Amino acid sequence: MPDKPDRNAIEVIGVSKIFGTGEARVAALDNVSVPIRENEFFTLLGPSGCGKTTLLRLIAGFDFPTDGQILLYGNDIAPLPPFKRPVNTVFQNYALFPHMTVAENIGFGLQMLGKPKAEIEARVSQMLKLVKMEALAKRRTSQISGGQQQRVALARALAPQPKVLLLDEPLSALDYKLRKEMQIELKRLQNETGITFIFVTHDQEEALTMSDRIAVMSAGKILQVGTPWDIYDKPAERFVADFIGETNFLTAKIDNVANGKAKATLKSGKTIPATVAEGFTPKGEATIVVRPEHAKAVKGPGELSGTVENIVYFGTDTHILVRLDDGDLFTVRQQNSRSASCGFEEGERIGVSISDDAAQVLKD
Amino acid sequence: MATAQETAEKAESDDIRTRWLLSAPALLIIFFAAIGPLFIVLVYSFLAPGNYGDVKWQFSTDAWMNVLFERDIFDDTLSFAKANLSIFTRSISLSLLTTILTLIFGFPTAYFIATRPEGRREIWLFLITIPFWTNLLIRTFAMMEVLRNEGLINSLLRFLGLTTAPIQFMYTDFAVLVGMTYVYLPLMVLPLYASMEKIDFRLVEAGYDLYASRMQVLRRIIVPLVKPGIIAGSILVFIPSLGAYVTPRVMGGGTNLMIGNLIELQFGQGRNWPLGASLSITLMAIVMVTLMFYVRNASKTGAGHG
Ligand SMILES: Nc1ncnc2c1ncn2[C@@H]1O[C@H](COP(=O)(O)OP(=O)(O)OP(=O)(O)O)[C@@H](O)[C@H]1O
Ligand SMILES: [Mg+2]
Repeated sequence: MPDKPDRNAIEVIGVSKIFGTGEARVAALDNVSVPIRENEFFTLLGPSGCGKTTLLRLIAGFDFPTDGQILLYGNDIAPLPPFKRPVNTVFQNYALFPHMTVAENIGFGLQMLGKPKAEIEARVSQMLKLVKMEALAKRRTSQISGGQQQRVALARALAPQPKVLLLDEPLSALDYKLRKEMQIELKRLQNETGITFIFVTHDQEEALTMSDRIAVMSAGKILQVGTPWDIYDKPAERFVADFIGETNFLTAKIDNVANGKAKATLKSGKTIPATVAEGFTPKGEATIVVRPEHAKAVKGPGELSGTVENIVYFGTDTHILVRLDDGDLFTVRQQNSRSASCGFEEGERIGVSISDDAAQVLKD
Repeated sequence: MATAQETAEKAESDDIRTRWLLSAPALLIIFFAAIGPLFIVLVYSFLAPGNYGDVKWQFSTDAWMNVLFERDIFDDTLSFAKANLSIFTRSISLSLLTTILTLIFGFPTAYFIATRPEGRREIWLFLITIPFWTNLLIRTFAMMEVLRNEGLINSLLRFLGLTTAPIQFMYTDFAVLVGMTYVYLPLMVLPLYASMEKIDFRLVEAGYDLYASRMQVLRRIIVPLVKPGIIAGSILVFIPSLGAYVTPRVMGGGTNLMIGNLIELQFGQGRNWPLGASLSITLMAIVMVTLMFYVRNASKTGAGHG
C-alpha cells in the first residue's frame, strides 16, 4: 500500500502553544518540530502535563498554535476548522454520543460528510465487524463496557477513513489484559487500514511495543525522536534514558571519540567502549548509561566491583542491586532459570561485567 | 437457597413498609393541600350559584353547560359560547407563543452562561434571577412603562423621527405576549442552563471532529442533550402562562382576557362560583392533556434517533 513511504503526512514546524498570561502563563508546547510520515505508527510519549494532548488538539484543530505551522501533506491547515480536516480523534475519554446507538455513533461522521445511506450502512457494518461489535450495534453507548466503548470510539474515528488518526491515551482506562489485546488489535487495524496513527501514551512499554517511531516529550519539548530501539538503546539525554526502562547512570571520562564510538574510562580505572549520539562530541567527564540487562554479575573481577545489597525476584528475571565501591547503586538484571537460584547472596562481593557496546554516552 | 430468598423477601417487605411510613407526612400534605381543595372545586362546579357569590347546595350541571354553551335569553336555544371559546383559544395560543419565544431567547442565553468559565457562571445566573426579587405586578408595570404610548419605545421612535403618532402597543395581544415572555423567561433559562451545564463539551468537539458543521453540532448533539431542559422549561413556562392573571390584566387591559381573568371574573363580579370552578377544572384538563401529549411526543422523537 505505501507507494511513497517517505512522504510526510504531518509536519509540525516550530509550534509553540502558550496558555494564559503573566503569572498563569504556561508554555504547553515550546518550539516543537517533528515530521510524521505517511502510514506510520507514531507515538508521543511523556509524563503527565508535558503537552501531548495539546499537540493533538492543535493537529485536530480544537486549538490554534501561538506560533509555528502545521502542514498536512505539505499544506498549512491553519485556516481549516476541525470539521474540514481529514483528521479524526479517538478521545482520551472516548466522548461517545450518549444519545445515539453504537451504530449511529459509528455512522455519524459519514452522515455529516453527506454520504449516501447505503454507503453509510455498508461502512458501518464493516467497521462493526472490524472492532467485533456487531452484536451490540443497537445498544446505547451508555450500556456497554469500557473496553467496548473504546472499540466503538475507534470505529467511529476510523469510519470516515481519515488521512490521520489521533489517539489520545486510548488504552489507559483498560485493565492490563484488555489493554494487551487492544494493543494488538490497534496494531492490526493500523496495518489493515494504512492510516497514519499518532498515538499518545505515558506508558513506555506500550510505546516501545507498538510504535514505528517514538517522540519523547518533556515540559513542552520533544527531546528525542527515533525508533523504539533507538530510544531504548541510544537515549540521547538523561530524561529519555530515565523515563524509558530502568537504567544505571555512571560517570566516566570520555576520549577517542570517532564514528559514534568512544572510550569511556570508569572510576574503577577500567575502560569500556561506548556509543555516542550522532553529531555529538563529548569532552572530559560525561554520564554514561548501561541498561541492567546489558551487564552481568560475575564471581570474579569485572569492569566494576561491589557488594550485593539486595536481590529481588521478578518471575521472569532477578534484579541484583550492587553497591559499587564508589558508593553508587548499580542494578543487574539476570534471566531466571527454573532449576537454579541466581547464584549470589546478599553481602557477597562480586564483579560486574559490562558487555561491549552496552554503554551509551549522554548529552548532559 | 430458600433461606436466602426468604430473607431477601422479608427485607424487601420491611423496606416497603418503612418507605410508606417515611413518606406519610408528604402524602398527608399532598392530600390536604392539593387533592382536598381540588375536590372542593370539583364539588362546587356541580352546584348552583348563590345570589351574592357563594354556592347553593343543590345539584346542577348549568355551570358545565355554560363552559361551552350559552343559552339565549329570548328563545332559550343553546349555542356555542363564542366568548369563552375565543378566550380559551387565545390563552392556548398566547401560552404556546410565550413558550416558543422564551425558548428562542432562553436557549442562547443559557448556552452563553454554560460556556462561561466556571467561576463566572454564578454571576450570570444571579443576574437572571434578580427579577424574581421584585413583585410580579411591579415587573409587569415596568414592562408597561416600556410599551405604553408615552413609554420608552414610543418616545424613542418619536425622538428618532421614525413615527409621528404613538404606536398602540398596550392592550393588545402583542403586549400580553411581550409581558409574559419577559416574566417567564427565567423559568426557561434556568432548566435549560441546568441541562446544558451537564453537557460534556468534549462531545461538541467530537462532533466537529466528525465533520459536523456548527449548525449540525447544535441540531444533532447539543439540542438532543439539552432535551430534558427544553421539556422542563417549556412545561414551567406553558403552565403558568395558561393560567396567567396579572400580566394579561395589566398588559391586555380589560379586553384581552385569558382564562385566568375569566375565572377571576366568575368569583368576583360574575358571582358565579360554580362556573368559575368548572372553568378552573377545564383549565387543568387542558394543561394535563397538553402535558401528556407533549411528554409522550418528546420522548418519542427523543434522543437516539437519527
Ligand atoms: N486550556 C488550558 N489552559 C491552561 N493551561 C492548559 C490548558 N490546556 C493545557 N494546559 C497546560 O498545558 C500543559 C500541557 O497539558 P496537556 O494536556 O497537553 O498535557 P498531557 O501531556 O496531555 O498530560 P496527560 O498525560 O496528563 O494527559 C499542562 O501544564 C496543562 O496544565
Ligand atoms: Mg493528555
